[in-house]
Amino acid sequence: MRVTVKLFARLRDLAGAAELIRDVPAPATVRTVWDSLVAEMPSLAEYERTMSVAVNAEYARMAASVNDGDEVAFLPPVSGG
Amino acid sequence: MGVPLVAVTADRLNVDALTAAIARGASGDGAVTAFTGLVRDHNQGRRVTFLEYEAYEPLAVRALNRILEEARTMWADTRLAVHHRIGRLDIGEASIIIVAASPHRAHAFAACRYAIERVKQIVPIWKHEHFEGGEVWLEGATADPEDEHAKQAAYKIACA
Repeated sequence: MRVTVKLFARLRDLAGAAELIRDVPAPATVRTVWDSLVAEMPSLAEYERTMSVAVNAEYARMAASVNDGDEVAFLPPVSGG
Repeated sequence: MGVPLVAVTADRLNVDALTAAIARGASGDGAVTAFTGLVRDHNQGRRVTFLEYEAYEPLAVRALNRILEEARTMWADTRLAVHHRIGRLDIGEASIIIVAASPHRAHAFAACRYAIERVKQIVPIWKHEHFEGGEVWLEGATADPEDEHAKQAAYKIACA
């Protein structure tokens, strides 16, 4: 199945792209998607403990299931205001 | 078209318009408070030249609406509005405006303060700081809206 990955701020810079399309085997969770990204781009791994994640623009957990066509976002610690 | 209570926008912020929108026709109000966050020219010893704000817009709007709902449960008589700017902002420009209206000043002040503390905790927006000699992404809180400790910390600051 195919998911859209969204990356922001320094995670986006590290990956060199704001959006990626990736195929992952079903059934998948956010962790499945993250692990495949880190395998591809090891420099992202430093964010594992500090980032937040979202599925279809709702905050989610790493264990949340991901379905075909979903948008999975990885968010560094926020700094708005 | 009316002014929305929540916005993430590349347009210049207008605190007067937001104040008018939230105060309109509310004769029971005794207080309106407004907070404006500005881009300042220094940070952690660096001379800042400008900031670029990036947002995950649909989630940022949802997180702002969540903050309004939280504030409603804490100060039921108080109305709140938050607009956050994104894109390039020069020194002295407003990055965020928050307006609260209430029958009571204590609630208006508290809701305003609560909102800015929660924005810094849970709204997916990032500052890319450009300074003399380089640039850096600023990283603050790991966003977790379900974290009750963070929520209580914001409430305590708001009511201090």
